[in-house]
Amino acid sequence: MAGTLAEKVWEAHLVRQGADGAPDLLYIDLHLVHEVTSPQAFEGLRLAGRPVRRPDLTIATEDHNTPTLDIDLPIADLTSRTQIDTLRNNAAEFGVRIHSLGDADQGIVHQVGPQLGLTMPGLTVVCGDSHTSTHGAFGALAFGIGTSEVEHVLATQTLPLAPFKTMAITVDGELPPGATSKDIILAIIAKIGTGGGQGYVLEYRGEAIRRLSMEARMTICNMSIEAGARAGMIAPDETTFDYLKGRPHAPEGEDWDTAVEYWKTLRSDDDAVFDEEVVLRASDLEPFVTWGTNPGQGLPLSANVPVPAEIADEGERVSAERALEYMGLEAGMPLRDVTVDTVFIGSCTNGRIEDLRSVAKVLRGRTKAEDVRVLVVPASARVRLQAETEGLDVIFKEFGAEWRNAGCSMCLGMNPDQLAPGERAASTSNRNFEGRQGKGGRTHLVSPLVAAATAIRGTLSSLSDLDLEGDVDLTTFDGTPLAPLTAPSFV
Amino acid sequence: MEKITTHTGVGVPLRRSNVDTDQIIPAVYLKRVTRTGFEDALFAAWRSDPSFVLNQEAYSAGSVLVAGPDFGTGSSREHAVWALKDYGFRVVLASRFADIFRGNSGKQGLVAGMVAQEDIELLWKILEAKPGTEVTVDLETRTVHADDVTVPFQIDEYTRWRLMEGLDDIGLTLQNEADITAFEEKRAAWRPKTLPAKHLPKVDIEPARPVS
Ligand code: SF4
Repeated sequence: MAGTLAEKVWEAHLVRQGADGAPDLLYIDLHLVHEVTSPQAFEGLRLAGRPVRRPDLTIATEDHNTPTLDIDLPIADLTSRTQIDTLRNNAAEFGVRIHSLGDADQGIVHQVGPQLGLTMPGLTVVCGDSHTSTHGAFGALAFGIGTSEVEHVLATQTLPLAPFKTMAITVDGELPPGATSKDIILAIIAKIGTGGGQGYVLEYRGEAIRRLSMEARMTICNMSIEAGARAGMIAPDETTFDYLKGRPHAPEGEDWDTAVEYWKTLRSDDDAVFDEEVVLRASDLEPFVTWGTNPGQGLPLSANVPVPAEIADEGERVSAERALEYMGLEAGMPLRDVTVDTVFIGSCTNGRIEDLRSVAKVLRGRTKAEDVRVLVVPASARVRLQAETEGLDVIFKEFGAEWRNAGCSMCLGMNPDQLAPGERAASTSNRNFEGRQGKGGRTHLVSPLVAAATAIRGTLSSLSDLDLEGDVDLTTFDGTPLAPLTAPSFV
Repeated sequence: MEKITTHTGVGVPLRRSNVDTDQIIPAVYLKRVTRTGFEDALFAAWRSDPSFVLNQEAYSAGSVLVAGPDFGTGSSREHAVWALKDYGFRVVLASRFADIFRGNSGKQGLVAGMVAQEDIELLWKILEAKPGTEVTVDLETRTVHADDVTVPFQIDEYTRWRLMEGLDDIGLTLQNEADITAFEEKRAAWRPKTLPAKHLPKVDIEPARPVS
């Protein structure tokens, strides 16, 4: 029977088919754990006297609470320290592998899985974190779960699940220069809405997607959850295999060949039926920014802030009014006139090596706008090492940016990296909710390239606002891997 | 888990759509490592506003939240459900819920019932006209009753059954342990294992320092 990619992966993990309205029982290949959503799950195991069924399919890392400065000193915030200590103790007690602060494999959980080669096509991957959808970029069925489910997976390595619906999102054509995969996903969310993906697994396909690097694909799948979807997926191809080959946990020898042969079958059949289909033309896209307080409130940078009075739908109008008030924006003003205080480059959406490279290319030899604070936070310690090997850190520092240690950082402000009340940020992260980056903080979601241009000009800007010299090759910003490296590759 | 068949309690009209989990419980409260005691964190940012619905005497002891569409979007934090439960809510009604929130609710014994938006408006009117009105939610008949109005709600069969039986998910799954073991025996060799750990060369990480 013809099937979609998601259905194929689902079927390969059926432990038990649900009968009489009961959900299916699905086997979980890889369980990623971090300090925020796991303490109560381990506590639950302890209370029930249950062990972790498969410590060898489980891995933990510290990311949400970790400071990005002075990581060799004790964590000043007591609750953050407690949460991290709790994770360390739980990992030791239950025999779970952990990558702690200061370890080269520490970092945001959605970077650590891929860089170690643990995330692969055809797996089921879960984590107590909604952005687990990131791993779908490899053709894995990957989704966020709640703490009860974390406990369930720890205890049984399975999850009872009702099948998802499937939606195909085809992005045809080629991205214009200066537009990136972040703009693709922001445009998709603006189109289908923050609830548009509810109950669905989104499968991204089409020429524009095929041309993207793994990093750029991860950006897209990462934000599937912002459209309300459970997961996002991209069928694996040579780009995927090249990324995985030689990574520490990637299959080797005969196993590699068997795996690749299987992975090549992981695509939606031509006659597969999706519950919903959406088509987008990449060539129509331009850099996107959000103006409101949910990721669906986004517009091309060349647009003006919406005028609520002109919005017909009452719910949307009220929500736009509220958003503008919170964001301190005037209706109808050009988005390009919005001045920012902070530029944050990082997170599991855009804190990867490709992102840092493209930002460095723009910043090199330029100077930061006065009074703008620029934070560059690599997604993992390996990404940081890689960037330093390539000399990117020097470019950032000369530009006037702060070069930090790895973690979630200002993406959600659980560590000291926060916005002050009323402070405005251009952020490469994924959520612009009220107070997300600090109480009263205002967030505009942007691509790394827009973040870079904004750091130079101090107002929301794209590359086209810069006087780019000939040495900045725009064609390498479409997400395809940048020039081959002379430096050893870690990530 | 406590069995729940019907619940009666004060209804609280929350006239907002897209209430995301950051609003239900801001991230700063996620640092706690306990499973209870989150009542103070619920809607923390809004609670400082005296006009916020829960700050009004008549609603403050509410246990049935009637909210706008797309409740519980955003982060998967289960703390959102704990906070609602710790505050005293047993039921949330909305026309649409975020999937993860709905899943988390079912597991924690919080009823997340889907009610058509026009019926939500009806309930809002009643609850606002007569603050303190009790709402009865009946899982048996899948109905919500307030004042002289009875409207249906939807909830998936399996969650309803588990709520009514008060069944723990893990216990249920472990009844099928033989199936899990059989599945594990067939797993392909290429599928990754986190242990024994394989690493790239060990490298020391330099701590970043504040820029003065
Ligand atoms: S970087 Fe942000 S979105 Fe990603 S895991 Fe961390 S907090 Fe969540």
